[in-house]
Amino acid sequence: MIFRNKTNIILLIVSLFFLFVSLNCFAQEETNVGLVFDIGGKGDKSFNDSASRGLSWAAQDFGIKRIELEPGADADREVNIRNLSNIGYKLIFGIGFLFEDSIGDVCDEFPDTKYAIVDGLVPGKENVVSLSFAEHEGSFLVGMIAGLKAKADGKDTVGYVGGMNVPLIQKFEAGYIAGVKYAYPECKILSAYAGDTPTAFADPVKGKELALSQYDNGAYVIYHASGLTGTGVYEAGKERKRYVIGVDSNQNYLGHIEETGENFGLTSMLKQVDVSVYLTIKAFLEGTFEPGIRVFDLATTVVINDVEYNGVGYAMDKYNEGLITDDMIQKVEEAKQKIINGEIVVPSEV
Amino acid sequence: MNEKPKSRGDLLFSLMEKFTPIIAIIGALIISSAIILLIGEDPIQVYKMMFGLAIGNRDGWGNVLFRATPLIFTGLAVAFAFQCGLFNIGAEGQVYVGSFLAAFIGFSFTNFPAIILIPLTIIASAMGGALWATLPGILKAKKGIHEVIITIMMNWIAASFTFYLVLIYKAPPTEAMKAANMPQMIPQTSEIALSARLPRIATLLTKLNISFPSHNPLNVSFFIALIAAFAIYYLLWKTTLGYEIRAVGFNRTAAEYAGINVSKNIILAMMISGALAGLVGTNEVMGYKFRWRQEIFINLGFNGIAVALLGKNHPLGVVLAAILFGTLSYGGALVNIYTAGKIPRELIMVIQAVIVILVVVSDEIIKRILLRRKSIQ
Repeated sequence: MIFRNKTNIILLIVSLFFLFVSLNCFAQEETNVGLVFDIGGKGDKSFNDSASRGLSWAAQDFGIKRIELEPGADADREVNIRNLSNIGYKLIFGIGFLFEDSIGDVCDEFPDTKYAIVDGLVPGKENVVSLSFAEHEGSFLVGMIAGLKAKADGKDTVGYVGGMNVPLIQKFEAGYIAGVKYAYPECKILSAYAGDTPTAFADPVKGKELALSQYDNGAYVIYHASGLTGTGVYEAGKERKRYVIGVDSNQNYLGHIEETGENFGLTSMLKQVDVSVYLTIKAFLEGTFEPGIRVFDLATTVVINDVEYNGVGYAMDKYNEGLITDDMIQKVEEAKQKIINGEIVVPSEV
Repeated sequence: MNEKPKSRGDLLFSLMEKFTPIIAIIGALIISSAIILLIGEDPIQVYKMMFGLAIGNRDGWGNVLFRATPLIFTGLAVAFAFQCGLFNIGAEGQVYVGSFLAAFIGFSFTNFPAIILIPLTIIASAMGGALWATLPGILKAKKGIHEVIITIMMNWIAASFTFYLVLIYKAPPTEAMKAANMPQMIPQTSEIALSARLPRIATLLTKLNISFPSHNPLNVSFFIALIAAFAIYYLLWKTTLGYEIRAVGFNRTAAEYAGINVSKNIILAMMISGALAGLVGTNEVMGYKFRWRQEIFINLGFNGIAVALLGKNHPLGVVLAAILFGTLSYGGALVNIYTAGKIPRELIMVIQAVIVILVVVSDEIIKRILLRRKSIQ
């Protein structure tokens, strides 16, 4: 037995003491940045991973101390945000709109701590920035690519697989449909959602099932906005040899078949959560943190480590350069300029 | 044979049968220690931290009891059905429907005074759960269709049905959202009326000059849960109805032979079980978020099964097991933070799972030992 030995107990007390002391030391010396994930968590190759990537960039460039947490139950969100504030984290990110109430409740108790919420809106607080994205604009561009690809190859149908059926995900669908119709007005569009509950973002089996049925009904390209569920859409695409458009992160590589060298990842709608996280940390460290709403859209242009990013966009890399012609890119870029100028207004509701 | 004085071994084993949950908890902590060691942390330190943070201060206690409250309701629901020989896996769905009905009453009748609206909302949440459990009860009683299958399916129907309803009664966008030209993103209902909200324990204690953090979510619903536990105890062991329900659970055919109306008791037991599950709405809707959002309720019903099992289907056991699960859940979340994510939150799920497995296994082993000893005598 461990407790029979007195020295063990003393050692335990001493080590506990050191643990708390060390926690306190960190709080004073380094800037601590906390990040709490949305449903699906780290490793979804999509939304949450994008946020995590932004934090990693910042850790490399600024040497911050970081922590990443995955809430379990709903009440964990508030517990996580409050306790991170309590132990000296000075900037805390809540990833996903579900953090609206927890950040809204906690931010008044810690006026010196800054908070950032991605996709949500916590208005009127001096220490909260709401990071929001023009997903419909990015979806419009990938919709155009889907339409142009189908047209070029003589097909008449494209598909859409959403995660949880909520307004945020319908925004992706609305932009996508508008984009397809803009490029190829006669094109038919199949649309399906993986479910009504948050697990719809973490259900690859369902994703594959929906995608297979759309491919078998003639869909040539499927755009998924469904987090981890989308990995199933990629499996279906590779099985049926049809195209997939990824979401949030650059997922083009998921459509690559190692053995044959074929690529079915047509492109990905980039929602640069990583950029928003990085910029917020940078602003915080430089003392230029601004509360309020910050919108990342096509017009947003940022340069990080010599790479230029827009708030939203479409992904081009070695996996899809053979799939998309220069002519297509030219048309998409023209539309992009028109959206930025306000000549095209992309709908955000279906 | 029963009148013979029991041997020391018999006594020991029958005592052990009562306390298998404690053996299971200790066993689970030891097994989980191995996992913590594998992660590269000191198990004793982790446990000390977990329990120290969770129950070492008032805020912690408040949070633990807050998390225990819905588990007491769902645990009682499952335990009560067990007493009638029914395995109610549908607590999850009954929670959704009951709590939604509570929210619906809460945001619909906003001009009612608290003295009417609070009881009305509490009754609504119980009614909703009872309603959802009635159909499996009737199918079981009249047609003999297994309640496990029906209640599992009813869970899915409840999840989709309440989600459909929440989109109909979705909260309108706030002024700030309108200004930013954003739609309401979160699928949740409007807030319930002020007069439908249960007071927080913090408000009550502050009036009594006892310091208690004002953000603590513990609310009066905890006492409703305790009253429910006592009421269930009284009902099961002190009334005719309880006797009949237990008789049906013990031996359906014998109960029928003794003149007990089996199908009536099955339907009633399911309804009471559903009502208990539905009462979760009092904690989460009336006392915590003041609105309905499906996410808040996920897994409360399923965890209730584990709580009932650990509590040996006795109301007192259920309350204690729920408090243990509340401690693990809150302590686990804190350990995750305070170790900077090194100890994953999933460890708590491992501990809970091992406890449940060990309870079942040690129960079975001890039952067999007792049986063998009896047959030798």
